[in-house]
Amino acid sequence: MLRKTLAVATAAAAVLSGTAIVFSTGPAMAQNEQFIPRLVYRTGAYAPNGIPFANGAADYITMINERDGGIGGVKLIMEECETGYATDKGVECYERLKGKGPTGAAYFSPLSTGITFALTEKVPGDKIPLLTTGYGRSESRNGAVFPWNFIAVGSYWTAADIAIQHVAKELGGIDNLKGKKISLVYHDSPYGKEPIPALEARAKLNGFTFKAIPVTHPGVEQKSQWLAIRQDRPDYVLLWGWGVMNSTSIKEAAAVAYPRDKIIGVWWSGAEPDVTPAGDQATGYKALMLQHPAGKFAVHGDIEKHVYAKGQGVGKDTNGQVLFNRGLIDSLIGVEAIRTAQEKFGKKPLTGEQVRWGFENLNLTAARIKELGFEGMLAPMKFSCADHQGADQARVHQWDGKEWKIISDFYTADRKILDPMVAEYSAKYAAEKKITPRDCAKES
Amino acid sequence: MLYREAGQFKTSYAADMAIFPIRQDRIALILLLLFAFVGIPLLANFQLWPLGSDYMLRAILIPFLILSLAAIGVNILVGYCGQISLGSGAFMAIGAYSAYKFGSGVHIPLEFLGTEISIPPLPLFASVMLGGLMSAIVGILFGIPSLRIKGLYLAVATLAAQFFFDWVFLRVKWFTNYAPSGSVAAPDLHFFGYLVHSPIERYLLCLAFVTVFALIAKNLVRGNIGRQWMAIRDMDIAAELMGIRPLYAKLTAFAVSSFIVGVAGALWAFVYLGAWEPLAFNIDRSLQLLFMVIIGGLGSILGSFLGAAFILILPIMLDQVPHALGIPVSVETVSHLVFIVTGALICYLLIVEPHGFARLWSIAKEKLRLWPFPY
Amino acid sequence: MVVFGQFLEVLIGGLLAGVLYSLVALGFVLIFKASGVFNFAQGAMVLLAGLALVRSLDFMVARGIPTWAAIVLALMFAAVVMAITAALIQKFVLGPLVNQDGLSLFMATIGITFVIEGAGQMIFGSDVYPLRLFPTDAWFVLGGIFDGGLLVSKIDVWGGLIAGALVAVLAIFFQRTKTGRALRAVADDHAAAESVGIPITWIWFVVWLVAGLVALTAATVWGTKLGVQFSIVFLALKALPVLIIGGFTSVPGAIVGGLIVGAGEKIAEVYLGQLIGGGIEYWFAYVLALAVLLVRPQGLFGERIIERI
Repeated sequence: MLRKTLAVATAAAAVLSGTAIVFSTGPAMAQNEQFIPRLVYRTGAYAPNGIPFANGAADYITMINERDGGIGGVKLIMEECETGYATDKGVECYERLKGKGPTGAAYFSPLSTGITFALTEKVPGDKIPLLTTGYGRSESRNGAVFPWNFIAVGSYWTAADIAIQHVAKELGGIDNLKGKKISLVYHDSPYGKEPIPALEARAKLNGFTFKAIPVTHPGVEQKSQWLAIRQDRPDYVLLWGWGVMNSTSIKEAAAVAYPRDKIIGVWWSGAEPDVTPAGDQATGYKALMLQHPAGKFAVHGDIEKHVYAKGQGVGKDTNGQVLFNRGLIDSLIGVEAIRTAQEKFGKKPLTGEQVRWGFENLNLTAARIKELGFEGMLAPMKFSCADHQGADQARVHQWDGKEWKIISDFYTADRKILDPMVAEYSAKYAAEKKITPRDCAKES
Repeated sequence: MLYREAGQFKTSYAADMAIFPIRQDRIALILLLLFAFVGIPLLANFQLWPLGSDYMLRAILIPFLILSLAAIGVNILVGYCGQISLGSGAFMAIGAYSAYKFGSGVHIPLEFLGTEISIPPLPLFASVMLGGLMSAIVGILFGIPSLRIKGLYLAVATLAAQFFFDWVFLRVKWFTNYAPSGSVAAPDLHFFGYLVHSPIERYLLCLAFVTVFALIAKNLVRGNIGRQWMAIRDMDIAAELMGIRPLYAKLTAFAVSSFIVGVAGALWAFVYLGAWEPLAFNIDRSLQLLFMVIIGGLGSILGSFLGAAFILILPIMLDQVPHALGIPVSVETVSHLVFIVTGALICYLLIVEPHGFARLWSIAKEKLRLWPFPY
Repeated sequence: MVVFGQFLEVLIGGLLAGVLYSLVALGFVLIFKASGVFNFAQGAMVLLAGLALVRSLDFMVARGIPTWAAIVLALMFAAVVMAITAALIQKFVLGPLVNQDGLSLFMATIGITFVIEGAGQMIFGSDVYPLRLFPTDAWFVLGGIFDGGLLVSKIDVWGGLIAGALVAVLAIFFQRTKTGRALRAVADDHAAAESVGIPITWIWFVVWLVAGLVALTAATVWGTKLGVQFSIVFLALKALPVLIIGGFTSVPGAIVGGLIVGAGEKIAEVYLGQLIGGGIEYWFAYVLALAVLLVRPQGLFGERIIERI
């Protein structure tokens, strides 16, 4: 009986004290602070990919604080919340963090297509921008229908289009695509399904046979998919995986002797955790780059000097990796949006709505990118009310067994193909949700 | 002293068979409902602690209510009828996707018959209920094997439903209205001409659903059908010898359980998530629901609520405690600790009280009866 | 001939893949047989064993210990970790839970899963760690008969050999050793076994230890195949249908179940999947298992369930 009483007491005490602690007003916040929430996943099935990205994003913000004392004198405060790549946990994190800081969250960046879809429904009500660097709803490029989504740098449709362009170049011309077979091995989730419409559109236009082969989450078992590929012998395989699925695909490809240099991954399939488990078998594998390569650039020097040298930061081990660098870019865009917004609204903590203005008026010129230390990582980009993507370019790199080597110039996605799709799908969304699109001509 | 039923005489069978035969229970329930229906909206309206921000409503109370509803459904099947199911997530998904289809208009082309079935978009209440109904129909289908398969074998067999429907909603584009990504977004919540939008309105909507279904469930389990379920649970062969038809009893349990779980799934998708994909209803959700009913107490409606509160809120609390106390630990350490502590607490609770919180509650009631003068 | 060759290739690949599932399923069977616990934590145990193995191996190799010695030492270290885990589980969870119903025990093992997942990642890290104990490329056999040869992946063959050896060792252990015989006695009736003087807590510890070592064996193969990372815990879900088809209590059943599931799901995915949309293998194994259960509710090799009033 004593043990039971003890059990009740423990449970009750735990829940009560937990409630009291969590819902009591937190530590007093200084007023001159801008709050940046970070939804991350450092545990679970997708942690190997989530960790370097989260590290890069966090260390850039730390560096801004250490080097510049924040943005325009406003210190940046960040808090991480672990989502484990689960949508419901992501929603809980969002609700937890959206109101923190003197002015609430500046923007959210969930690094999960599933969470992005759920938050897309919630951010208009809370007036917080949703920054999705290189992932998320492809049609959210249309800022008239999706005022709060910023699918910066590139969408999956951009990626699909550029992958086909690269294949065409390797084949010696766009006309040589005719009659070829291209298969897509994809993660069976919204993330993996996104590129299919763009690839189907290209297949119709360029006359190649397109086949989509799903792999069930998390993708630890792909023998049948690759046996089917071995029998079907497609000319190229596009890989749209995440986490363990990527390395497993490469290994299975090696096992069925499918040439790795005929596999082209999306930029989420082209980082170190995707190739290192496959060892030598990954040599020759190609992947798109979200503009930036692996390696160290001017900004990394600043991070080492201002963050790691002072014993701060979290990402020393992952510094310079592909996904670390992508995390840097993610935070760079967020920070620069806040800076842009400060020019209009003053050097003080800004609300999500004001930061949104900053995003829409963000113009990263080549000179500015160089000044920020990102030269060689990023091409110029410019957002506007109508264009929430800002850029259409990507390159391709190849794993040589030790490191990623850039093997192509910048490709530019063909907006003649993609823009009508963006318009069509965003119109469908607007009709379904009864949204009246903004008139971007009237917005300055 | 306070909780003593001496002097409460039952003078009719109706009084003796009432849902809450003890006066103190009735008063407590009324107070609780008053607080839930009136107190919480008032607190939220005046932004008083702990409802100063809508975090409490949106991230704790709404999911708590919806998962409690689902747990009641699972408890009917597992706790009252003794049929272990690991497929509850799938039935939530069926409820959610069916409600979505009914809410956005069903259109089935039957070209080989030269005709088609078209149902215009239905109002939200009707589509949620129809979502529950579809879930109940599928529940009956997947309940049929339970007539032959028992115990843990059945539990693993119900996983077939889980994985099959995970796949169906991923692959069959018709269910997602041909959305390119396969993720769908809930329509605006119009209930009887009233737009449910703000957190407090959403909370009240869920609360209304949960209250009604909890009362229905409470009534069902003390009636004829509930007693049949319990007889099947306690020993199905003996129950059969006594004249209870296992076919009828088991399949009704599957139907009622799946209906409630389906409604909960529709609410989870429409009210809590807003946009969802099949991953939102995967095997983890099924296990979570099973945990809720086992920790809460098998065969107890109250236990479903307690279990839902514990399993949902504990990890969220644990996750925030270090930060709220200002202890500088990284999120991954916290997340690992949450896993360890949750797992260990579950084991601990199973050891000290295998019958769950509901049993602890009834022990507490026994003690309260004698308090402050136990003999 | 081409079509037949392709079919053969899928069949062989499937059968071998199935044996790899059996490696995980074997651990389930051992524990269920001896203590009636349906051990959901088996997948997490494979993860823990793999993490302990690969992290200690990397640690030693980085310090200049020759690879073969490092592998032996790392295997021993991982075995010790599994022994400690077994002792802790027996002492703190399953010992106190003795005589509870199957569902409570099952849920307790899910609790154990959480603890192992959290502690394992906290101690050993949550990144992906490559492990290379076996070759991962493939042979192309019978090139003379079939164009391009039949693909046989080497690691799957290794897995098959290891599974075969494991079953042989387990059979000898169960049939020829004193502990093994005591184990079978406990499996039949633990109260009766205890009354004739079999130390029951020790036997249960041994069972969990053996299951842990089976998990370690599975981890060497699966770790090489996937790299040691969190996703390994999902293998438990692939092993469950194997288990139902074979029967919860039969060691040979786990192997046969694995063969049926592996071959069935691969053939279904490659041939049926093209017709109704891919990705069917995840549920196909379960539906297959359900079909088997409808015919034989105790699985193909399970002990008959006798019900008394």
